[in-house]
Amino acid sequence: MALIETKDVTYTYPGATKPSITEVSIRIERGEFALITGPSGCGKTTLCRCFNGLIPHFYQGEIKGEVTVAGLDVAEHEIFELAKHVGLVFQNPENQLFALSVEKDVAFGLENLGLPREEMRKKVDWALNLTEIYDLRERAPHELSGGQQQRVAIASVLAMQPEVIVLDEPTSFLDPLSAKKIFEVIYDLNRKLGITVVLVEHRLDLTAKYASHIIIMDEGRIAQDGDPREILRSEEARLIGVGIPKATRLYQILKKDGARLGETVPLSSDEMATTIKEALENH
Amino acid sequence: MIEAKDIHFTYPNGVEALKGVSLTIQNGEFVAIMGQNGAGKTTLVKHFNGLLKPTKGQVLVDNVDVKKVSVASLAKSVGFVFQNPDHQLFSETVEEEISFALKNFGFEKSVTEARVTWALNLLGLTQYRKTSPFMLSGGERKRVALASVLAWDPKILMLDEPTIGQDYQQKEKLRQFILQMKTQRKTIIIVTHDVEFVAECNPRVLLMREGKIVADGEAKTILTNPSVLMQASIVPPQVVQIFLQLPELNLPKNVIDVYEAREILLNILEKKAR
Repeated sequence: MALIETKDVTYTYPGATKPSITEVSIRIERGEFALITGPSGCGKTTLCRCFNGLIPHFYQGEIKGEVTVAGLDVAEHEIFELAKHVGLVFQNPENQLFALSVEKDVAFGLENLGLPREEMRKKVDWALNLTEIYDLRERAPHELSGGQQQRVAIASVLAMQPEVIVLDEPTSFLDPLSAKKIFEVIYDLNRKLGITVVLVEHRLDLTAKYASHIIIMDEGRIAQDGDPREILRSEEARLIGVGIPKATRLYQILKKDGARLGETVPLSSDEMATTIKEALENH
Repeated sequence: MIEAKDIHFTYPNGVEALKGVSLTIQNGEFVAIMGQNGAGKTTLVKHFNGLLKPTKGQVLVDNVDVKKVSVASLAKSVGFVFQNPDHQLFSETVEEEISFALKNFGFEKSVTEARVTWALNLLGLTQYRKTSPFMLSGGERKRVALASVLAWDPKILMLDEPTIGQDYQQKEKLRQFILQMKTQRKTIIIVTHDVEFVAECNPRVLLMREGKIVADGEAKTILTNPSVLMQASIVPPQVVQIFLQLPELNLPKNVIDVYEAREILLNILEKKAR
C-alpha cells in the first residue's frame, strides 16, 4: 500500500472562485524520494497541506476525494495524530517557529507526545546535530538568519522521526552550499533511515539527482508523474515552465543536434561530465 | 550613481556586518551581490536606500550623502524589494498594495490606476487584482511585492533574492524585465544565491565574505573561478561544473551559458566522430 495516496482530490479555499487543486490522484510509496514541482501557484503547497491534515482541519473550504497517509484517512484523524507519521516543513520558517529557544522549538512536538525526558533529549540533540545547529540551541529562533531558521524548522520535524517528511521549498533562504548540505541530510535520512521524502522545489538544478519519483503540477492538476530521467528529458516538462537542470538541458540540446551521447539522461553535472567522457571514449 | 567609501556597519548587538566596503555603481549598471548567509549582502544594500546608516564611512546616492536625508525621500529614487514578501505586504487586496506607495507619493488617481494596471500585467498578476495578497502562493506574493515597487518606477531598483519561489518562466520574465530596465539606464542591484540565474544574465558580480568584497567583475569571470567561489560558499553553475570535470579536453574558460557550451561540445564530439 502506498504511504501517501490521493484519489481525485479537488480542493477550493474558502472564498476562492475556483479550486486550487483539481482531481489530483497520486501515489507515493514508502521509501521514495518524491519531488513535486511546477509553475508558481500551480497548487504544490496546497497539495502538501492535504498530507498532514492542515486541509481540511485547519483550512476550511471545500474538499472532494480522499487522502490517505500511512493508512490513515486524513479527514478522520486530527492533525496531532497525523504529526506522528508526517512532518511538514513550511516554505517560510517564520510561520513555524514560536518558542523562546531553538531547543524548545525542536522539543515541542516530542513534549506533546509525552516522551520520557532522556529519550527526548537524545532525539533533540540528534536532530540539532544533523542540521548543524547544536551550537545555536539556546538562541531565540527569531534572532537567527533566514537560513538558520530553516534549519531549526527542519530539525523540529526531524526530531519526531516521522515516516514521511514533506518539505515545501525548505532551503529557499539558504545559500547554495548550505542548501546542498541540507539536501544531503534529507537524502541521507531517505537512504539510511528509509524515511520517505516529499520535496517541493523549483530548483531542480540542486535536487533532481536525489529524486526517485517526480510529479509535475500545472494549474492545479497533475501534468506528469513518473521517473525523473524520463520526465525531465521531455519537451513537455520544459514547456510547462519547469526549470530543467542545466546539465539535463545541455544533454537534451546536444542530442537534438545529433550528438551521439548515451541513453541515460543525466540529472546532475557529474552525470553529464561522465556521459561526455563515455561518448568520447566510444568513438 | 552609488558610491560607498570605506563603509563599516555594526549592529546594536555588536555584530560587525560590514568591515570596510568601497564600491561605485554607475547608472544603468546591473549588479548581482552574492555570498554566504551573513556575509553582509543585505546590510550593504540597505545602506543604498538609507534604511541603515554607516557606523563609519560614507554612502553617496547621486552625490547626496544618505546620512543627511530621510528614507522616505530616498525611496522615490531607490526602490527596495525585501527577501521575504511578508515583511512588506499589508493591504487587503493586491491592487491596494500596489497603489499604496503611488498614493503616498501624490500621483494623480488616473496615473496611479494606469501604473497599477501596468505592474499587474507585467508580473502576471492581473487575475489577482481584487485578491488578498495573503491568499496567494509564496511565489505570487513575492511578485506582488515586486510589482508594488516597480509601480512607482524608481531610478535604482534593489531586489533581495528576487528568484526565490519563482518558476522558470517567471525567472525568464524577470531577466527580460531587468534587461529592459538596463536599456532605460536604470540601475538594478540584486542580492542573490541563484547562481544559475546569474549565469543566464551575466551581470557584474560582487562577491562578499564576512563583511568585505572579495571579488568584483563580470559574472563570466567570477563564476568560472572555483577558488574565489569557494571563499564565498558558492557552488559554480552546472555548465562550469561540467567543464571543470573535463580538464583533458582543454575547454575554453569563462563559459557559463548552456548554448555556448553546446557549440563547444558539439565541435569536439564531431571531430572525434570523424
